[in-house]
Amino acid sequence: MAKYAEKDCAISGVGQSEIFRKPQVLPFELALRACERAIADAGLTAADIDGVACWPMTPAGTAYGFGAASIPDVCQSLGIRPAWWSEASVAAQISPIMEAVAAIAAGYATHVLCFRAVGQRWIPADGGAAGEGNHPAPVAGYEFMIPYRAPSAANWIACHASTHMTHYGITREQMGWIPVVQRRNAGLNPQAIYRHPFTIEEYLQARMISTPFSLLDCDIPCDGTTAVIVSRADAARDLPNPPIVIEAIAAGGQERMETWLARPDYPHMALHDATKRMWNRTDLKPSDVDTAHLYDGFTWLTMVWMEAFGFCGEGESGAFIEGGQRISLDGELPLNPNGGQLSEGRMHGLGFVHEAVLQLRGQAGARQAKKAVNVSAVGAGGGSLGGAMLLRRES
Amino acid sequence: MEGMTMETALPPRNLPAITEMNNYFWKGGADGRLHILRCQGEDCRYWIHPYAGRCPSCGGADLAPEPVSGRATVAGFTVNHQPWIPGVPVPYVIAIVELEERADLRLMTNLPTIPIEDVHIGLPVKVCFEPAPGGVFVPLFEKA
Repeated sequence: MAKYAEKDCAISGVGQSEIFRKPQVLPFELALRACERAIADAGLTAADIDGVACWPMTPAGTAYGFGAASIPDVCQSLGIRPAWWSEASVAAQISPIMEAVAAIAAGYATHVLCFRAVGQRWIPADGGAAGEGNHPAPVAGYEFMIPYRAPSAANWIACHASTHMTHYGITREQMGWIPVVQRRNAGLNPQAIYRHPFTIEEYLQARMISTPFSLLDCDIPCDGTTAVIVSRADAARDLPNPPIVIEAIAAGGQERMETWLARPDYPHMALHDATKRMWNRTDLKPSDVDTAHLYDGFTWLTMVWMEAFGFCGEGESGAFIEGGQRISLDGELPLNPNGGQLSEGRMHGLGFVHEAVLQLRGQAGARQAKKAVNVSAVGAGGGSLGGAMLLRRES
Repeated sequence: MEGMTMETALPPRNLPAITEMNNYFWKGGADGRLHILRCQGEDCRYWIHPYAGRCPSCGGADLAPEPVSGRATVAGFTVNHQPWIPGVPVPYVIAIVELEERADLRLMTNLPTIPIEDVHIGLPVKVCFEPAPGGVFVPLFEKA
């Protein structure tokens, strides 16, 4: 097998801020807390951090919004003097980790601070603008979608879901087990926004947003930040926590929003490219994976991530999750033990990485998977973006 | 709603700026036909959507919009219930249709004249147009 640089990189620290459903603390402040916690968790100081990566591109002076903290502002606040930084978008929300691997391999950095700062609740940016009928004109990438009174990703992903679910006979009664099981997990996670369980019958009664997605199929917008330290593996071995090695990481195609409608393999998406490329970089197999941390902006995306990773066959995710047992904490493939974005809140990709690292370290407390956790899979994104990663304990 | 022309009662669609790149699509419906960019290479003739500067199939630079038949098939759809846009009544259908010229030539669209309960994957449809300010004709689809 060729030499892949991520195998010489490890996650040495993770940190998360408080997560708020309503505006309570300035999102930029939450970003600083998460970064401070991740650096401390790694046993490092700001002086040790020589690389910084975030997603998405965020201009200096930003304190809230889709990206709530900029790299220059975080560095200025924490006294970091990075020799390298990146705001690339190649692997969806886990792009900072893929970028960090490249920087470490190139010798630009040894310890890279990666963060995803979300702060859309602080201002009525999205809902408010739409509520007032005050939409900006759609730009290239969205211009063939937005004019069709389809302003939300819920609408776009729902069309794909209808094709896939109809073709394979997957039902909402099956899909509902993802939010039901994840909410049960969230009851064990003090960080989660929503912790009260609901039944599959209650799921089926929820208000419809855009078929087949009801309110309980859509993730929870929130304010909060997750931060992760990616270190050169030999440098990570001297640090307090066991290094969590990046076994493989790969990106999906970078497409215009409309081109993912036009793939010859519709309704496949960029995430199918990401998982395929990721498996090409490892000798491990889907059966080696102990926990799954899969993007759940909408429940159907999680099902497709399961199929794309090969945890079940194409079109078999409905049968796989039905009843919930196999994806529960004591099942064969515990799924999103933190409750995922459907219950914990939309920490947007890096939240899955944070949880995978805790599970691999055995530090997930009441929601620790019952089985031994040696390998975890992370899938981030949907539609035109996809990033897939395998993490493992060092053997 | 009987006797009322629904489309004219709705607030305007949120349309993109019309540019040299996209005007054939948004304004091309003035002649009642849907126009899609096409490679002019004799041996290629590949349809291209969204627009590009070279043919993704043969690399050719000679590209021009041409009318398509307007016939298509519903490939996927959602019934939107969320009132995202003030003044637009819900529910309404957002669909992805495949043009008959090639299956992976897909457009997102609305099917305003088709009763929601009649919409299904595989439904044959044909293009129609909704006039909008600035000489724009928004391509929509109706029962074939």
